[in-house]
Amino acid sequence: MSLHFIQEPLDHTPPAIAPTQPVTLHINGEDHTIQIAPWTSLLDALREYLDLTGTKKGCDHGQCGACTVLMDGKRINSCLALATVYQGKQITTIEGLGGEDDLSPLQQAFIDHDAFQCGYCTPGQICSAQGLINEGRAKTEDEVRELMSGNLCRCGAYTNILSAVMEVLHDGQVVVDNGTLVTIPMQPTQSSSVN
Amino acid sequence: MNSFTLTQAAAVDEAVSDFAGHTGAAYLGGGTNLIDLMKENVSRPTHLTSLNHLSALGQIEDLPGGGLRLGALATNADTAWNPEVEVRYPLLSQTILAGATPQLRNMATNGGNLLQRTRCYYFYDLATPCNKREPGTGCSAINGMNRVCGVLGTSESCIATQPSDMCVALAALEAVVRVQGPNGERTIKFEDFHRLPGDQPELDNTLAPGELITAIDLPAQGYAKNFTYLKLRDRASYAFALVSVAVGLEMDGNTIKTARFALGGVAHKPWRDQAAEKMLEGQTASPDLFRQVAAKVFESAIGYGPNSFKIELGKRAIVRALKQATEMDQALDSNAFLNTNP
Repeated sequence: MSLHFIQEPLDHTPPAIAPTQPVTLHINGEDHTIQIAPWTSLLDALREYLDLTGTKKGCDHGQCGACTVLMDGKRINSCLALATVYQGKQITTIEGLGGEDDLSPLQQAFIDHDAFQCGYCTPGQICSAQGLINEGRAKTEDEVRELMSGNLCRCGAYTNILSAVMEVLHDGQVVVDNGTLVTIPMQPTQSSSVN
Repeated sequence: MNSFTLTQAAAVDEAVSDFAGHTGAAYLGGGTNLIDLMKENVSRPTHLTSLNHLSALGQIEDLPGGGLRLGALATNADTAWNPEVEVRYPLLSQTILAGATPQLRNMATNGGNLLQRTRCYYFYDLATPCNKREPGTGCSAINGMNRVCGVLGTSESCIATQPSDMCVALAALEAVVRVQGPNGERTIKFEDFHRLPGDQPELDNTLAPGELITAIDLPAQGYAKNFTYLKLRDRASYAFALVSVAVGLEMDGNTIKTARFALGGVAHKPWRDQAAEKMLEGQTASPDLFRQVAAKVFESAIGYGPNSFKIELGKRAIVRALKQATEMDQALDSNAFLNTNP
């Protein structure tokens, strides 16, 4: 076989040892300082350095949405984010949205609507749905489908995910920039059609 | 991913000199394409100059004379949902929202959107030859799985396409790219920014080494009354265009006064054909005219087998997009992203 596809060696030597540096991340309302290399993704910082394993690694290429977290209230793919670049930003993960005893409205709605099967995509789905609600753009089911297209569910729980998101969308919960969940007064809407 | 160092630049001048001071440097914007390419070992910079602290480049502001300046570091989401962009340049807003996902649009920057690399399968596949990735190794796509590849302006060394949606609208809107580099500032007309592959497919654009995009300037004419972005793709959402058409028209009744349109998914750059645009101007809008224009655009097209369908699809897309744009009564509402699905 021809070896023409083997890449030429770099004409300069990359640094052999990782130049790690202290990085302070503001996550779920608290500062955390960790010693990491510049290539550490925000996803790896959360999971491997801070034990916040609620955020999941799916494709690690920005295609599946399992790693979705909120940055200053906006949803991003943490797998494509270098942690060091996100110093000074307010990061909210699934752990920051709510815990066992204080589930966020979306977490509760996902349970109520049976909006998952294996559960692997769920933290990303919920963070993404929270970002969608914060954006305030999607109102109809078609719009929610379109604006949730960055989160794949291989179990195919989309129908129930949509129901869960629609229910909370109508109750008007938003995450503000410091990561806390507040209720925005909304005009009365009809109650959810799904119990 | 190979090892690298990283600098957070605090000012544009500092970014340009930091880049110049590091062999193997790359600028880091939102990272949605670059970090992915680094994970795949397709890009192997040994230093990143991060632009994420250059807040001055994140603005969207009026220009004298009625235009709008889009900061290079403004995100795609903030640009698409900027009230001025939505009202004055709905074609651009709609086009940005037709691409990627909300998460990616929240990270991806305007400057970075112009610089995203092709999604040709072989460019990403280190086990196969690719002249764009490794010059001189050959093109695997020409006789391979080239369904996503180009049919216009291709060369024997490369048939890759430029994948951006946003750039198709910027081409139709005749935007101007502002750059700063080691030799100072300059502007580049959008049609001159991306290039055809020729025998140097490794070069996507006409930026000089070390040059940094600082802004994208939109002219005053935003074609906000008669416009369309028609995107044809394998999935209804979150897929690159097989063929797309961005149209901006100035109409007087049923007569087309000014016509601008560009195609995505068919070439190494957003494809504009100014002779075809001229065929529309001063004419009464009609399906026959649109078919003649579409035929003109694709008269030099070359299909490579799996992608040959793009020639007929492209012609029909032009006809439909022009029809939609001429028949518009008013600008679409702010949730226009749903209207891009045919």
